[in-house]
Amino acid sequence: MDRFLFLTFDGLSTGAVYAAFALALVLIWRAARLVNFAQGAMAVATAYVGYAVVSVTGSYWLGLGAAVLAGLALGALVERVLMRFVGHANPLNDVIVALGLVLLIQAVLGIVFGNEYRPAAAPFDTDALTVGGIAAMSPYDLWVLGAVLVVVALLGLLFTRTPIGLRMRASAFAPEVSRLLGVNVGRMLTVGWALAAAVGALAGMLVVPTGLGLHPHAMDLVFVVAFTAAVVGGLDSPAGAVVGGLLVGLILSYVTGYLGPDTTPLAVLVLLLAVLLVRPGGLFSSVRARHV
Amino acid sequence: MTAILEVEALSSGYGPVPVLRDVTFSVPTGSIAAVLGANGAGKTTLLRTLSGLLRPTGGRVRYDGADLRGVRVEHLVRRGLAHVPEGRGIVAELTVEENLRLGGLWRRDRADARRAQDEVYQLFEPLARRRRHAGHQLSGGERQMLALGRALIARPRLLLLDEPSLGLAPRVTAQIMALLRRLCDSDGLTVLLVEQNVRSALSVADQGVVMSLGRVVTATPAAQLRDDVTLRHAYLGF
Amino acid sequence: MTATQPEVAPDPRPAAASPLRRLLPGPPGAAGPRGSTLLRHLVLAVLAGTAVVLLTNQLPPYQNLQVARVCAFLCVTAGYTVLVGLNGQLSLGHGALMATGAYTVALVQQGFEERAVQGRWILPLSLLLAAAVTAVAGLVIGLAAARLRGPYLAGVTLAVATLVPALTTIFTDLFNGEQGLRFPAETPPAFLGAYFQPERWLAWVALLAALLTMLLMANLVRSRFGRSLRAVRDDEVAARLAGIHVARNQVLAFVVSAACAGLGGGVYAVLTATVAPGKFSLDLSLFLLMAIVIGGLGSLAGAVWGAVLLVALQDLPSLITETFTLPSGLAQRLEGNLALAVFGLILIVVMLVAPGGLQGAARTLTARLRPGRPATRR
Repeated sequence: MDRFLFLTFDGLSTGAVYAAFALALVLIWRAARLVNFAQGAMAVATAYVGYAVVSVTGSYWLGLGAAVLAGLALGALVERVLMRFVGHANPLNDVIVALGLVLLIQAVLGIVFGNEYRPAAAPFDTDALTVGGIAAMSPYDLWVLGAVLVVVALLGLLFTRTPIGLRMRASAFAPEVSRLLGVNVGRMLTVGWALAAAVGALAGMLVVPTGLGLHPHAMDLVFVVAFTAAVVGGLDSPAGAVVGGLLVGLILSYVTGYLGPDTTPLAVLVLLLAVLLVRPGGLFSSVRARHV
Repeated sequence: MTAILEVEALSSGYGPVPVLRDVTFSVPTGSIAAVLGANGAGKTTLLRTLSGLLRPTGGRVRYDGADLRGVRVEHLVRRGLAHVPEGRGIVAELTVEENLRLGGLWRRDRADARRAQDEVYQLFEPLARRRRHAGHQLSGGERQMLALGRALIARPRLLLLDEPSLGLAPRVTAQIMALLRRLCDSDGLTVLLVEQNVRSALSVADQGVVMSLGRVVTATPAAQLRDDVTLRHAYLGF
Repeated sequence: MTATQPEVAPDPRPAAASPLRRLLPGPPGAAGPRGSTLLRHLVLAVLAGTAVVLLTNQLPPYQNLQVARVCAFLCVTAGYTVLVGLNGQLSLGHGALMATGAYTVALVQQGFEERAVQGRWILPLSLLLAAAVTAVAGLVIGLAAARLRGPYLAGVTLAVATLVPALTTIFTDLFNGEQGLRFPAETPPAFLGAYFQPERWLAWVALLAALLTMLLMANLVRSRFGRSLRAVRDDEVAARLAGIHVARNQVLAFVVSAACAGLGGGVYAVLTATVAPGKFSLDLSLFLLMAIVIGGLGSLAGAVWGAVLLVALQDLPSLITETFTLPSGLAQRLEGNLALAVFGLILIVVMLVAPGGLQGAARTLTARLRPGRPATRR
């Protein structure tokens, strides 16, 4: 029972990171109808920026801020100079361009920083606190969970309560109508990419200290798991992404804990296929509005 | 009377396929012009070209004395040109309230935008009752009201309307047509109306622009069109 | 799962591009009767084969190994481009499929070695089994793929490519984990003489596999099945209305493509007589994608371009580090990463500038030089 509780807390903490990352995927899917396969590589790039700032200034918080700012900039840049110019004659084109970006970013990181794992310090203790004799969450786990929840809440407010959120939702659902109503749809797309990449950057900063450290490929597996989480929740649903992320985090934590870490990759694949074949719209998909 | 919209030798189309050829007509300020014609005559393409959603391949459009070439679609509404696209262009995923707010977001005068929103709720009572409902929950008539009301929040001077009567009960259609007439007479609004429903369009229009296969066959006073049996038989089918 | 926008944009494609139009027989002379197409492909294959054999007689060992690697990759890219370019299914799992073929060859050859069975028939048998086993793997993925579209399919196959190498550590007893497997190296047959260059023999083996694959694919592309592949890619609904069983068509395309990848992976393993999971990482799948994109998606001639560039560009970093004197740290980092950067840039630039790839560009160019024969998208 103790072990079960421990695995549950652990699953929630890693699940929070998957949730943030899945949320970044959903943001771009809703804005541009494409899955950003470069999300993992972009997050790693911003984490390198973040930890470079940490090592220069010695402050984790400055590094975190730098990473998020770098995410905003990188997201906007990728949209403005690349994705905007991808032809849509073939729906595969933007996937292929994103994959090219993955190779490019990872190679550039390898050339500049080298392909060794670089240690990344956590701002809080990563050893679990024991509450009443039960190993519960570590302070770092609490920080991860809290940070993700705050970001999710802020994004929710942004989208439902602010004019720019309304503009972004409108241009995602009906770009042409939005243009006729005076919305600069192209700018909303850029903002959407920037926001998504910033959320991805945060997820990257949160996940790197829990793994082996910084590496150009550090987010490869995280991307696949987050994609699974986004599919579980339904690519169209931000709330679904968060729930999906937590759920996938829990499932993988139990699988790793009870069956061994080697089986985790297999579990991801089985989960992804099962969801796609049984409920392709995601577990939480509502019936989409039918248009006349 | 000056013309708020002047279309000269306009051509346009999708890719290499031309749809509009050499279209010329003008709409006097404060009047209603109805664009009529069979399916595929190019009526919707005409509206899409006028509002810049399609790039013209030739000719020009003058609105309020200025050439519209190179003006971005999203800036037209700021100049008082509103386009309600075909299929009741509302954002189905947003609520009624959000749709209306969206229509006034660009306005600097926040107070007047809010006032205009209240006026729309007064004008279309069903919308006031369904503020929190999503667009896809509305009936066809309510959607048309929402689309029209949202366009009115911009306080436009020229309204491009694509098939407002599509799928509506005749009574609702008549109400909408009467409203348009009233806005023209009282506020000086100009309307360019695309309609399949020739009878109801001609009942309020000042001018009829008859199109066939991408060309303007004739642009004449609506009354004359109502009486010209040959034209009606040849192009309008009644 | 495709989300429809409220406004249905009118189809901007000209009428000539409609799938039904393409199902009709082409203009006379464009493609002759079936028999002569087969014959023409055979003649082309024999000519190309002879040319490469003559070439290998002139080349030193390392270059011959390069030729062999090109041929191994060509088996994969030929089947891959048919799947992605002609059938519109973007698989990112072809690196993993190559691994399936490679490990099959290794296990079969090890099995015979342990039982001390020898014979020249072991190589063709193991390659055949590699293609067959991978075809079965392709059937499994293809069955799932037929229900998935666009980014979902790409995501699932990306997961396959990322996660499958981990299987080698889960089943360490069978696959020997990170270490991988070794098996007896392929040697030239005795009748070629005792001093025959082994790399030349490997190049011939790989060449034979590549020519067979190309011949099969070229005829498949021209066949009724090839036309139905394109019809499904262009418009599933129209294809269904034209009487094509879409799901079966997509699964079959995946199986054929997987068999090619398995054969190519098997040949690739034979070249070094080893297999290890590190060789079949996600990057390999992305390299293969680069190869078919740069050649031109759906073009078999483009698949040849792609395979050649894939091998040639991988040598680029060592060429640069040997030519210029660089600090050793930088040289080492370039060694591992420069090819990746170049491949990534190529993917991006080709998709933005010339989505038809080299072959598409060449076709447009020749069409411009010879008016009267319009450039057609295959």
